Amino acid sequence: MRFLLRRATETRRHGVCFVRAVGISVLLLCAPLAAQQPQPQPQQQDEFVPVSQLPAQDQLPAAPLLVSAYAFVWIVLFAYLTSVARRLSRVQREVARLESDMKRGTHG
Amino acid sequence: MPKWFLPLTGLCAVMFAASPFIIANADYEATMGLVQKIFYYHLPSAWIFLLSAIVCGIASARFLFRGSPRQDRLAYAAAELTVLFGAIVLVTGPLWARKAWGVWWQWDVRLTSSLMGWMVAWAYLLVRKYGGPGSDKLAAGLALFGMANVPFVYVSVNYWRTIHPATTVVPTLPVDMGLALWFSVACFLLLFVLLLRLRVHLEEQRARLDALYLSLDE
Repeated sequence: MRFLLRRATETRRHGVCFVRAVGISVLLLCAPLAAQQPQPQPQQQDEFVPVSQLPAQDQLPAAPLLVSAYAFVWIVLFAYLTSVARRLSRVQREVARLESDMKRGTHG
Repeated sequence: MPKWFLPLTGLCAVMFAASPFIIANADYEATMGLVQKIFYYHLPSAWIFLLSAIVCGIASARFLFRGSPRQDRLAYAAAELTVLFGAIVLVTGPLWARKAWGVWWQWDVRLTSSLMGWMVAWAYLLVRKYGGPGSDKLAAGLALFGMANVPFVYVSVNYWRTIHPATTVVPTLPVDMGLALWFSVACFLLLFVLLLRLRVHLEEQRARLDALYLSLDE
């Protein structure tokens, strides 16, 4: 009777050890898998979204903004150059007129 | 005008005419696409905007401490160019931001400090035009504040949280994008030198006219 009891206890202990070994093995095998970063999976498309329903930023065409920026730069530079040239020619005309007046004054 | 002025003006015109083709050949940026090409005019004009504020500040300091009228004329010319290139920066930037950020304007440090620098340059011109006697020295003081703002504008994107691209973007540009950028920088720098010379010449002619009127009165 005592032998049978000891046998049963040993069998249970072996079973517990086996379960522990399997548990540890599963944990060890799963750890590297769990440590891996999940790969980004492309999402399956389940609906079609019209472009008009996109956020305002995404549906805004870039070309008019780009053309506006470059056009603004060229127009502003041209306008400034014209303004400086006009101011300069006005001042130079006045300088020439005064100088000729003074020459005439000294000769007269 | 000096002898180099006309040939360099021709060269500058040719370079500006060629710049859209060089920019068009540069690669598209991955996230922003076509609208990022505004960068090739926006960044050089921003650098020239800061450079002209520095030129205006240094010339104003020399005018204040040495009283040289030549430096005053240089400062006046540079202030006008600060307004010109600042206007280009403040218009092309929002046109880019509308697509890249979804908004025209953000009150972040880079944009706000640039606007402040531009307003200081405007203040300089308004004081010179309407300030009456002694306005040249008052305006020179303003130009010193404008120059002090320049390093703040430049480093602001690296020290404060902002959605504006950092200064580290430029050294990381690939060859074709870098070529388009540095070509544009050369165009804008040459244009700045030419416009500054032309604008200083205008001030010299005005000073000559004043001297003629004075001699007529005497």
